[in-house]
Amino acid sequence: MYGAQLPSLVPLLPGLVLGIGAMALLMLGVFRGQSFGRVVDFIAIVLLVVAGAVLVALPPGKLTTFGGSFVVDDFARFLKVLALIGSAAAILMSLDYAERERQQRFEFSVLVLLSTLGMLMLISAADLIALYLGLELMSLPLYVVAASHRDSLRATEAGLKYFVLGALSSGMLLYGASLVYGFTGTVSFSGIAHAAGQETGAGGTGLIFGIVFLFAGFCFKVSVVPFHMWTPDVYEGAPTPVTAFFAAAPKVAGIAMFVRTAVMAFPGITGQWQQILVFVSIASMALGSFAAIGQRNIKRLMAYSSIGHMGFALIGLAAGTSEGVQGVLIYAAIYVTMTLGVFAVILAMRRSGGMVETIDQLAGLARTNPTMAFFMAMLLFSLAGIPPLAGFFAKFYVFLAAIKAGLYVLAVIGVVTSVVGAYYYLAIVKIMYFDEPAESFYSMPAELRLVLIVCGLFNILFFVYPGPLVGVASAAASSLF
Amino acid sequence: MYEAIVLLPLLGAVIAGVISLVGAHNRFPGAEPGAPHDDHAAPLAAEDRAHGAPSADMAGSTLPHTGVEEPEHAPSAAGSLGAELITSTFLAIACLLSWYAFYDVGFLRNEARETLFSFIGSADLHSAWLLRIDPLTAVMLVVVTTVSSLVHIYSIGYMEEDPYKPRFFSYLSFFTFAMLMLVTADNLLQLFFGWEGVGLASYLLIGFWYHKPEANAAAIKAFIVNRVGDFGFSLGIFAAFYLTGAIDFDTVFDQAAGLVGKNIHFLSWNFDALTVVCLLLFMGAMGKSAQFLLHTWLPDAMEGPTPVSALIHAATMVTAGVFMVARLSPLFELAPNAKAVVTVIGATTAMFAATVGLVQNDIKRIIAYSTCSQLGYMFAAMGAGAYSVGMFHLFTHAFFKALLFLGSGCVILAMHHEQDIRKMGGLRHKIPFTHWMMVIGTLALTGFPLTAGFFSKDAIISADDVVQGGAAAYGFIMTTLAAALTSFYSWRLIFKTFWGEPYDRHHYEAAHESPKVMLVPLAILAVGCFAAGWPFVSIFTGHGADVFFGTSLKLGTADTIFEEVERLPIYVELLPTAMMAIGFLIALWFYILRPDVPVALARDQRILYEFLLNKWYFDEIYDFLFVRPVLWLGRLLWKGGDGFLIDGFGPDGVSARVLDVTKNVIRLQTGYLYHYAFAMLIGVAALVTWFMFAGPH
Repeated sequence: MYGAQLPSLVPLLPGLVLGIGAMALLMLGVFRGQSFGRVVDFIAIVLLVVAGAVLVALPPGKLTTFGGSFVVDDFARFLKVLALIGSAAAILMSLDYAERERQQRFEFSVLVLLSTLGMLMLISAADLIALYLGLELMSLPLYVVAASHRDSLRATEAGLKYFVLGALSSGMLLYGASLVYGFTGTVSFSGIAHAAGQETGAGGTGLIFGIVFLFAGFCFKVSVVPFHMWTPDVYEGAPTPVTAFFAAAPKVAGIAMFVRTAVMAFPGITGQWQQILVFVSIASMALGSFAAIGQRNIKRLMAYSSIGHMGFALIGLAAGTSEGVQGVLIYAAIYVTMTLGVFAVILAMRRSGGMVETIDQLAGLARTNPTMAFFMAMLLFSLAGIPPLAGFFAKFYVFLAAIKAGLYVLAVIGVVTSVVGAYYYLAIVKIMYFDEPAESFYSMPAELRLVLIVCGLFNILFFVYPGPLVGVASAAASSLF
Repeated sequence: MYEAIVLLPLLGAVIAGVISLVGAHNRFPGAEPGAPHDDHAAPLAAEDRAHGAPSADMAGSTLPHTGVEEPEHAPSAAGSLGAELITSTFLAIACLLSWYAFYDVGFLRNEARETLFSFIGSADLHSAWLLRIDPLTAVMLVVVTTVSSLVHIYSIGYMEEDPYKPRFFSYLSFFTFAMLMLVTADNLLQLFFGWEGVGLASYLLIGFWYHKPEANAAAIKAFIVNRVGDFGFSLGIFAAFYLTGAIDFDTVFDQAAGLVGKNIHFLSWNFDALTVVCLLLFMGAMGKSAQFLLHTWLPDAMEGPTPVSALIHAATMVTAGVFMVARLSPLFELAPNAKAVVTVIGATTAMFAATVGLVQNDIKRIIAYSTCSQLGYMFAAMGAGAYSVGMFHLFTHAFFKALLFLGSGCVILAMHHEQDIRKMGGLRHKIPFTHWMMVIGTLALTGFPLTAGFFSKDAIISADDVVQGGAAAYGFIMTTLAAALTSFYSWRLIFKTFWGEPYDRHHYEAAHESPKVMLVPLAILAVGCFAAGWPFVSIFTGHGADVFFGTSLKLGTADTIFEEVERLPIYVELLPTAMMAIGFLIALWFYILRPDVPVALARDQRILYEFLLNKWYFDEIYDFLFVRPVLWLGRLLWKGGDGFLIDGFGPDGVSARVLDVTKNVIRLQTGYLYHYAFAMLIGVAALVTWFMFAGPH
């Protein structure tokens, strides 16, 4: 044995790129002033792209470091790429907004980078401590950016609510982690799996209590019922680019944490945590579908939509099989494209009076801006899960996994709630296509148009050649089992 | 050759149909082909929904305001002349070929079976499109193609002012095709195909002037009443298949002998199998041939153009039922009870329709009731077992009834679409040719000696006289009495239309003879009124029938019938002629010598007169018994079943509940931080509780 030896830093490289880059950008911003914000944003995007490139260039196979608490496998690679895409798109989409709303603050990009670093750690975390570190590193910048509109009452309220509830959920998560540690005597996932496999009787119940608290913390991060209450308020209150960021990358990281913990730490007691997931996913799908119908604010509507979609995604995890995880991954990837595309449209809802956020403002968009209306309609159809758009396949794979795992009730409820949910997506399409046109929006900035068209085309054309995504997701899922 | 006979009309129908569609497209650019239908159908449907009036006549009555005003003198559709010439030429060719076929099959004994292609093959069920050409079919081929080609030619003149000629000729040719498929059928399925095909054509042609609400109502009525008969018909086909395992005629007939005395067990009853099959099939015949109880559609069908009445509702389609009984004669011969029913129904219809015909005032309706009555004669003969005699009457009837209808078409045209004979009179001076044609047709219809009707009708009455049994006796009495009535109403029509004083000078002066293209078919049919009689007596009656029809008709008992007919006393033979004379004399007395008598009679016998004028109140009875309950039931299911139950608890109810749920769910989102935290804690507590009590598995 060699005493104290520096662990391999190779698996950490993408994270190092982001961490060091973020600190450098912070310096740059501080010393060059706010006028340099634009440059910082661009460099941040470049850093995210570089991090992604480094990630892909890492040696293949399963890399571990820090005594096994940091793992880079195909699962991690898949979700990290997704998270990086989500973060990069969020910064890209914030450019025009920041300029027009005079909210040009370089801190936003730096905070996004730091949060993304937390996501990368979270996705790779293979023990409870690494997991908590990643989680908090991801969350703290989120609390800050949620309140970044310092002069806005709603934004500060949203940030505060998010922070308080986030603290509560962190507490629960830590309490759960301590219970798990107490009953298994280890924090590493493989160790927990080993110990949990042998636990029986009263000890089993204690461990399950730990899992309940742990999962409650996870549920908060991916915003599923009943830990979802913050979502609509924060989505509505936060500045729109922040909401766009919230809607994509952190969700990906949260799902990654959820899946990796459930599958790696508690493989022997799938039947136990499956019950939790069945409950929360049914509750989420139902609430997401029903509550969204009553919304007039499109950001709030997207909040309920995301609650519903997380419910659908968790169906795949509830199945507890490799196929189920594959379904979750496909769902996450497609969900990111759908939600980014829709937020590109929401960010373009700007007319002479400023930003507008109610659904009625989209009236007659098909006549004032047919291209935007078309892609928006396609994305909404995709969110509703109408074939042959990508959203249909996302649901298809998770339902298929649930059926194969024997969770018929869950699958049926999922289908029924997706029918209910289709209503409010189609209602928006109806408003865009059949209502009398409202005043037209300013023309769409180029970067938003790019995001919208890329996401729209992905959703429209996914069915033509689904092979690559499905294949990669399959490989990623099997790397966990 | 036989393919040509059957398929030439189809080809004509398709060509005329294409011309019609293209013409419609050009006439209404921008609309789909067939737009003239839609123009009326759309407002009809809309009105229907708005007023909640599903009944055809109610919906129809709103039409004239909403639809495009029908261009009475609009220019003809493009290609009208082409459509007329093509369809008429094809029919003429088919007609010539048919006469050759008649000679070839009937006298040279070259029967044929031509398979076109197989149709259905499923387990035991096999059927093919097959043209069965035997003497019975040959007779029908001649009747159908002859009358059809003459009607086509006549229509060129009659429909001169109508803008939609291609459509009309397409329908006419399609009808002819379907009718030919019917008569050449070799199995029950193909028979049914032709049966439904002619029903469809009938529906389309009755409703040809779809802008007239009465025409729409009549078309629907004809279709629905025929559905009742077709229901029985299809049940009959099923029963035949159930009993014999086949639907082609030869196999069914072969198996039938073994079915005598067998029973069908249905629910808790046992029925004689063959009687059931024959009665069910006869029910189809009753519908198509407008027999008593299912006759109500035929008079209303007169709303269609007159050539249609001549072709479909006199000469050919309505005789399909008679043809079917003849075709299935091997079955009916084995079911004496069914035969008795056929006789009774036929005789009743003959008498009933004749009584109603006495007092009608619409020139076409009189002839329609006459048709109904004459069809009753044919069935009376069929039921007595004298199938060839029934076919003989079918054959002769086609000529004189087509002549009467086409003649009445000339009268209607001359009177500017006036159909009420009370408003005519004295027309023999203005349209002498038509007058003489109508007189010839009437002579034949009433059975004046040496005309075609004389031979065939006398043969029926005689046949009913010699056959033993109550049904035949009833048939004899009824047909004999009906002969007098027939004579009376026919001559009444002639006298009121062509004799006496003109009712309306203005119209009278404007009346004019129809163009040659209409008069020539009349002349040909008039020749047929004589030529179809005596020359054919030897092949339709007596031992000649046996030789001519061969195996295509079952003449088992008929031989003895003909022998006995020859031994009938002379007074029986003279009886129908005497009846005819009586009817004629009464009509003469009533309408020429003492025109005040019928008026007084109608006043004195008010109840009887009203009873007859209202057609024995059949429409009212059916309206009360069937139409109203069905409308009531429909309204109940619509308002109560669909509107309240299905919509209320289905789509509308569900969507309302969804909104309720939404409202409540949104109320959960209070905005208070402690509520949110509380929800999270409750969630955790609930899950923990669940695991505490449900326990880990």
